[in-house]
Amino acid sequence: MIEVRGLVKRYGDKIAVNDLSFDVEPGHVTGFLGPNGAGKTTTMRLILGLDYPDAGAAKIHGKRYAGLAYPMREVGALIDAKAVHGGRSAYNHLLCLAQTNNLPKRRVGEVLELVGLTEVARKRAKGFSLGMSQRLGIAGTLLGDPAVLMFDEPVNGLDPEGILWIRNLMKALAAEGRTVFVSSHLMSEMENTADHLIVIGRGSLLADCTMEEFIARSSGQTVRVRTPQLDLLSKAVSETVPEATTAGTAAVRPTATTEADGSLTVHGLTAAQIGDLAFDHGVRLHELTVVRASLEAAFMELTADSVEYRAGQEQPVPVSGGVV
Amino acid sequence: MAVTTQAQPILNALPTVSGRAGLGGTLRSEFTKIRSVRSTYWTLLVLLVVSVGIGAAISAGTAANWSRMSPASQASFDPTQASVAGLFYLGQLVIVVLGAMTLTAEYSTGMIRTSLTAMPRRAVVYAAKAIVFAVVALVVTFVAAFISFFLGQALLSSTHDTATLSQPNVLRAVVGSALYVTMCGLFAFAVGAMLRHTAGAITSVIGVLFVIPILVHLLPQSWYQDIVRWLPDAAGRALSVTVGPPPPNLFSAWNQYAVFAIYTAILLVVGAVLFRKRDA
Repeated sequence: MIEVRGLVKRYGDKIAVNDLSFDVEPGHVTGFLGPNGAGKTTTMRLILGLDYPDAGAAKIHGKRYAGLAYPMREVGALIDAKAVHGGRSAYNHLLCLAQTNNLPKRRVGEVLELVGLTEVARKRAKGFSLGMSQRLGIAGTLLGDPAVLMFDEPVNGLDPEGILWIRNLMKALAAEGRTVFVSSHLMSEMENTADHLIVIGRGSLLADCTMEEFIARSSGQTVRVRTPQLDLLSKAVSETVPEATTAGTAAVRPTATTEADGSLTVHGLTAAQIGDLAFDHGVRLHELTVVRASLEAAFMELTADSVEYRAGQEQPVPVSGGVV
Repeated sequence: MAVTTQAQPILNALPTVSGRAGLGGTLRSEFTKIRSVRSTYWTLLVLLVVSVGIGAAISAGTAANWSRMSPASQASFDPTQASVAGLFYLGQLVIVVLGAMTLTAEYSTGMIRTSLTAMPRRAVVYAAKAIVFAVVALVVTFVAAFISFFLGQALLSSTHDTATLSQPNVLRAVVGSALYVTMCGLFAFAVGAMLRHTAGAITSVIGVLFVIPILVHLLPQSWYQDIVRWLPDAAGRALSVTVGPPPPNLFSAWNQYAVFAIYTAILLVVGAVLFRKRDA
């Protein structure tokens, strides 16, 4: 359990983290999303006490990180996989970490085995690929069998096999009841891993919800309809009284827009509701397709105003409709 | 694939512990760090070779030229000082590099973020680093000092003007050379903590220990006489002289060493405060 309350961090004039509050619960993989420069790494550094906040506090199990009796037994954190002394072997790197928290020496061999680095345990970290460094970093986080795990962009530079491995590991760790907090600037990396999302932009909280809520909230969810009785169906849709939604989002009055190609785009109703509606009004349907914007598009739409670095002039983000 | 099923826990359970992580574990960790990189061995090997080698060269050279030296030069020759001169003058250069890099290497590699995540109580990390460095430096400089001394006296044996440890001030000079060089290393450690940059720290310390003493010589004589005893490197000269009167304008040997120790202690405290206060 990580609790972040009113966290503020300034670097000179620039606000890196702006009054950020959220909880990270155990038993889930919580994705920490935001564009590059949104403040994800800074937030993690503040949680770990590597940087000091200008206001607010971050607590783990109710305590500041530096106040934990055996920090590595409660939190395993990987901020930067390359933050190792290149001249030290993988084994000695992990050993010097384990010793600070009085962890048994045999543990080093166990975590090396777990991440698949046993064969290169005596090799100096200097020669490690980014993927091997990430595995070494992850091995370090597991030394203390911690209940809370934090990974900053852990799949950067990994090959597909490595990405799959990390995803499965994170899910398995969460399934054991651990708190897993993992940052990324790509929604696609979180889509199949995270149960919960915390989205930030320019240091401020943009969304704190479950993955389902995020999908439901994304404005890209529409239904495309083709019918010879366009006017009749449009009228029927716009006269439909919206039902209260379960996710707590505001009930939206359904709308129907006629597209240039003669199809009708319906917002606010499911395909089933439209089919029933058409049946009730005796409208013949030629096509009924759910068009779901990808999560990536929804994420980009949410963070569009808070992207720190953008190439060239601003351009509207194209919402590519994926057909489900 | 390491993780496919839920039947087995991912990690074996650890033995339970009480208390909290403290200095003991971090001392072991810092010792592992210092012994597990090659640069430590290279640096310490260079320290030994340079210290012993220069001392031996001076001693052998003096022995070869002894018969051509004037009686006055022979009388003022200090066999102890000559034998440990390598450690005094070049050993301190090497230890300054090692001392500064104890902390700055963690910043240049980024390891400091990993170290402070493993042990977030920064005062503990700082103290453990300083202690482990000081112990390693003491052991190596003591070895270098005694090898230099005995080898130097052996090479000087033909002059029949050699020193033994039982003579006045000789043991002080030999032990003092090790203690002085170790203090130089701690001085550099503290400057490294303040500047967090290897080249900057080494340059600054060499400036203070080598360049400022030279510049002070250029001052008017009366100023020089007042200032010289307050320079950190004066401790080295006060400790190493065993023949003739003690160096002029300086405190007694151990008091002069105390001046250096106080400077170092102040820098160590400033370094510790900055190490705790600043973002890593």
